[in-house]
Amino acid sequence: MKIRRFLTFPNVALALGLAFLYAPIIVMIVYSFNNSRLVTVWDAANSPTLRWYVALFQDRPVLQAAWLSIRVAAMSATGAVILGTLAGLVLARFGPFRGRALLRGLATAPLVMPEVITGLSMLLLFVSLEQLLRVLLGWQFDRGMLTIMLAHITFTMAYVTVVVQSRLASFDDSLEEAALDLGARPARVFFQITLPLIMPAIMSGWLLAFTLSWDDVVVSQFVAGPGANTLPMLIYSKVRLGVNPSVNALATLMVLIVATGVIVAAVMMKRAERRREREMRMADAGG
Amino acid sequence: MVERRYDKNKFEPWRDPAAKPYVSIDRVTKKFGDFVAVNNVSLKIYQGEIFCLLGGSGCGKSTLLRMLAGFEAPSGGSICLDGQDLADTPPYERPINMMFQSYALFPHMSVEKNIAFGLKQEKLPRGEIASRVEEILGIVRLTEFARRMPHQLSGGQRQRVALARALVKRPKLLLLDEPLGALDRKLREHTQFELINIQEQLGVTFIVVTHDQEEAMTLASRIGVMNRGEIVQIGTPTEIYEFPTSKFVADFIGSVNMFEGRLVEDLPDRVRIQSDELGGVIHVDHGISAAPGAVVWAAIRPEKIDIRRTPPGSMAENCVRGVVKEIAYMGDMSVYLVKIDSGKTVRVTLPNIERLSDDERIVWDETVYLTWHPGSPVVVTQ
Repeated sequence: MKIRRFLTFPNVALALGLAFLYAPIIVMIVYSFNNSRLVTVWDAANSPTLRWYVALFQDRPVLQAAWLSIRVAAMSATGAVILGTLAGLVLARFGPFRGRALLRGLATAPLVMPEVITGLSMLLLFVSLEQLLRVLLGWQFDRGMLTIMLAHITFTMAYVTVVVQSRLASFDDSLEEAALDLGARPARVFFQITLPLIMPAIMSGWLLAFTLSWDDVVVSQFVAGPGANTLPMLIYSKVRLGVNPSVNALATLMVLIVATGVIVAAVMMKRAERRREREMRMADAGG
Repeated sequence: MVERRYDKNKFEPWRDPAAKPYVSIDRVTKKFGDFVAVNNVSLKIYQGEIFCLLGGSGCGKSTLLRMLAGFEAPSGGSICLDGQDLADTPPYERPINMMFQSYALFPHMSVEKNIAFGLKQEKLPRGEIASRVEEILGIVRLTEFARRMPHQLSGGQRQRVALARALVKRPKLLLLDEPLGALDRKLREHTQFELINIQEQLGVTFIVVTHDQEEAMTLASRIGVMNRGEIVQIGTPTEIYEFPTSKFVADFIGSVNMFEGRLVEDLPDRVRIQSDELGGVIHVDHGISAAPGAVVWAAIRPEKIDIRRTPPGSMAENCVRGVVKEIAYMGDMSVYLVKIDSGKTVRVTLPNIERLSDDERIVWDETVYLTWHPGSPVVVTQ
């Protein structure tokens, strides 16, 4: 009887929907604890085991790739936050200026640009830059971490721009005027008033940029040099060579990191949202 | 209206031709593209005044205020404060502070920090900042709320924080944008008096922008009525109310009955106006400046009209018959809408001085006679 009452249409639909979305990931996570060398065969006798996780932490290429990925993600998120905040600030606060619509369009275009095209155009740019620098300055640079980082900044910056701009658009610009009026120079107004108020948006923008960079494979594939392998690139190449159960463990860890980032970003945005609503409600009610 | 505490005969610097204006706004214009927001406005404001800019939305009053604060640059004309031209002074260097309509309290700072913000920009020693913050908190009666955050305060308390934050800088001029707009009615009245007290205590010159005539009447030493980017009349609250110089001002401030007519007798000490709208002659006991035969409007305030059941001795002048169409009992007074014989509806208000029984009261559809003193109508030509 109890089961029957639970099997209502909405509940069943919800379960099926969630299964559709998350069953593959759950299967992968479960199999990461499988003792068998064959990915598709469950070794019931010796599972679950942390064997593949242990193997993972003894695998130098994996650790190197992970370290590279972390550095690339952190630095490109930081770069994206700086540029994205500036772009968001200009779009939200500098009024109508010539080329504003163009800037808005171009700053957010990477959101919908196919990654293959971003990657390809980046590659072409870097190659010609390489040649140019060699001919003009006799300076040799190799594609690698730097180029991956630059490429990641380009496409993650758009997300930060959108988040920061919407936060700025929703808060009263008389706060900044009030600070100017009280004698603060524009630079101080930015650091003491604007920046603290958009900090939640900047932080969630950073986390978003970090996770986007962390799991990017297409763009990295194009712009990475021969020596530089990010973690997603490594997994991709491992899978192509033949599936190894340690990939499951590695992927599980990545899911964990991404999920953490996304959840923290969402919680922060939600909190900022709630605070803003409360402030606005109070302002409307006049107390 | 509030009776102001200082001697009215003494504090009227605008009547003294030798007095030096503190703020002089000279032929200031502001255009946004093709739209002229402020059109050739000139104003002289004296030290210690509470000057109200009164007008409907979009009349240019806020733009004028923002030009004083330095957030907008005038397209033409000049603004001087205490003899100093402000044209090239950015907002953060002007000795002017503003209280914003939204209060614009910094949500991430406590009351104390909000108030200290302006003083910190002046790089004052910490001890002095603390003592000045404490002093101003005492004046606005918020000492025990110093460590609260803005969202933990009520509307009235936040209004006082905003006021304190602007006043603690000891500005030469304080600009207030709809200072009471966000407060409810009871609180407004109380705050109005408090604002006047604080102004008198500190002697700062105030310029207040408001669309609320009641607010302007209570606060102001003088009112500048604005319409479509221009100042249409400047005067004390009494002057504005009792002697409007145009139809617009008469209509905007309070309610008024307007009768169009033609000047039929024009003597230095009295005039007669033949009005078809009234269906009779209006007798005015003061002279006006208009050509004989000119089209003029006589404005009569509802409270200056008397309503009676029996016809007065002579029906010739300043009297008209009508039928009561609506009665609104407001407690302290009643509003009567009377349809006069010419077809126009006239608004009359009477204070409810005595408690009347039902059969003593004027009732609906009763025929009544409206009369007024020849000194009551104000005649305007535009």
